[in-house]
Amino acid sequence: MAYPYEHPRETRVLSKYFGDEDAIGIDGWIERGGYKALAKALGMAQDAVTEVVKDSGLRGRGGAGFPAGLKWSFMPKDGKLPNYLACNADESEPGTFKDRELMRWTPHQVIEGIIIASYAIRAQHAYIYIRGEFVDIVRVLNGAVVEAYERGYLGENILGSGYGLDLTVHAGAGAYIAGEETGLLNSLEGRRAEPRVKPPFPAQRGAFGMPTTVNNVETLASVPGIVENGADWYRQWGTEKSPGTKLFSCCGHLQRPGNYEVPLDFNLKELVYDLCGGPPEGRELLGVIPGGSSVPILTADEIDCDVSYEGIEAAGSFLGSGGLIAMDDSTCMVRAVRRMVEFYDHESCGQCTPCREGTSWLAKILRRIERGEGREEDIPLLLDIGANMAGKTICPLSDSAAVPVVSSIQKFEDEYMGHIRDGGCTAKR
Amino acid sequence: MSDAMHPAIAGAQPSQRAEKRPEAPLFEGAYQDRFEKILTRYPDKRAALLPVLHLAQEVRGWVSPQTIRRVGELLDLTPAYVRSVASFYTMFNLRPVGKYLIQVCVGIGCDLCRAEEVAEKFLELTRTRIGETSEDGKYTVIEVECLGACAFPTVVQVNDKVYENVKAEEVEGLLKELD
Ligand SMILES: Cc1cc2nc3c(=O)[nH]c(=O)nc-3n(C[C@H](O)[C@H](O)[C@H](O)COP(=O)(O)O)c2cc1C
Ligand code: SF4
Ligand code: FES
Repeated sequence: MAYPYEHPRETRVLSKYFGDEDAIGIDGWIERGGYKALAKALGMAQDAVTEVVKDSGLRGRGGAGFPAGLKWSFMPKDGKLPNYLACNADESEPGTFKDRELMRWTPHQVIEGIIIASYAIRAQHAYIYIRGEFVDIVRVLNGAVVEAYERGYLGENILGSGYGLDLTVHAGAGAYIAGEETGLLNSLEGRRAEPRVKPPFPAQRGAFGMPTTVNNVETLASVPGIVENGADWYRQWGTEKSPGTKLFSCCGHLQRPGNYEVPLDFNLKELVYDLCGGPPEGRELLGVIPGGSSVPILTADEIDCDVSYEGIEAAGSFLGSGGLIAMDDSTCMVRAVRRMVEFYDHESCGQCTPCREGTSWLAKILRRIERGEGREEDIPLLLDIGANMAGKTICPLSDSAAVPVVSSIQKFEDEYMGHIRDGGCTAKR
Repeated sequence: MSDAMHPAIAGAQPSQRAEKRPEAPLFEGAYQDRFEKILTRYPDKRAALLPVLHLAQEVRGWVSPQTIRRVGELLDLTPAYVRSVASFYTMFNLRPVGKYLIQVCVGIGCDLCRAEEVAEKFLELTRTRIGETSEDGKYTVIEVECLGACAFPTVVQVNDKVYENVKAEEVEGLLKELD
């Protein structure tokens, strides 16, 4: 059974048990082969575990695509300071809803990944920083954490290995910027989730001033399979630079929206038309945002590429978090972009002037254009503000906010001009 | 709530129910037990701030100035500091909210699928404006950003319960179901 839709062309590795109620509890999970990878990892040297993950080529699924094994190898090994692991379960990039499903259907897959990663980086305490709004998912996760303690997969001397780990579930409280890794660390410490200037990087000074690795839920959920089956097994999918499978959260104007797992060399157009069924009957696809609202929009004829990090980049966008947003010809592009920009305006933490001011100006001008009160000079003005927001701030949120504006003007200028010249919208409602 | 709640999860019970016990003590009984367990999970008291604010909101229904002062005393933080952190996060209600806190997602995924019609319907039927509480104290409707279930637009969360695929014409029935 799948959830909510399943397609024969998927490669279900992480999502194999989505929709299977019996896989949620620990007994069901163990019956399905769960926690075998942990036993194997605990029998290996810590650095050998890191090495397998490095060889697998697994890249971070939180958005930046940084190689996971390499990140782990930056952690100090001398044991002078306590090391920490933080699992980033803050999932709040608009259009992204894969971590939620991973935690809801296979919480033990995530927990097993956390324990293995913690072992590899020599952490004795790990935190799951979960988005506070996920009240129902927090309950599932909490239940699974307690089960893992009861069975001795957490706590002291795990499976008789001498290694011990505590895991604490920490709920956020409504702040997108807490998903940025250093914002997350500040939030975990009981501060405002304001991103920190890097360097120092979390592996040097992270949570509570101690060396910390921050990894996304999907990244960690990928680890047990890799440790159990080896790097070559993982590399049977995807490309040299983007090995493995990945979940794509597909939403917007699609016949079958949902999460689909495909190898990273899968074709983006086929994902949209074949797996998701394309736009609703009688509609035409206008554009696709392939990786969450922070990445450039692609027009309908730019999506014949593979979904690897490099494939989407060559097509002019980014894989990001894998949150695919499809828009058909009923979409008012100005409105859609205005909505995304308002999100960033609301979520800017306010530390950097270009971001704080830029996001609110972009939103204000877009609202004006949408109302039919825009001027032709607004287009260069938007582009100018966008240019001044990029590359000048503590974290990339500022850049992200400008992305939908700049990319939509480049590709859908007619829609903007329609609003400005004719005071109306070209969308076929 | 069980007295034997595991310390690993004692701080992770985000609550959006308005229990309306604004004068209840912080903390006693099972809540005191959870408070103490939370403190054992972090190397310093400051780090317990978010979980403890969630706990306080669970007890009192919102984060009042008195709550801010008390939480500060318990964690050795100044009220100004606690307020500056609490106000950064949208889930902490710095004003009382209605019995039913209705959060309508207007994120891009839901917006593309006409979330605004759902939000308007809630406002119309509860006779409120965004963020205001209805006169009978029952409803507060707010618009929120992506709730992480974009394949099921429109996503609506009422207190701790998530509703998916809500259409404007279903809002009336949903409201009736609450009582
Ligand atoms: C504004 C902003 C928001 C982010 N939100 C998330 C998020 O919700 N979840 C996530 O895993 N990563 C998020 N990231 C990426 C994290 O900073 C970080 O790169 C990631 O957690 C690292 O994990 P990974 O290497 O396993 O991908 C965000 C980054 C930025 C700049
Ligand atoms: S870029 Fe924006 S969100 Fe990031 S630190 Fe600066 S003000 Fe905060
Ligand atoms: S946009 Fe509504 S749940 Fe994501």
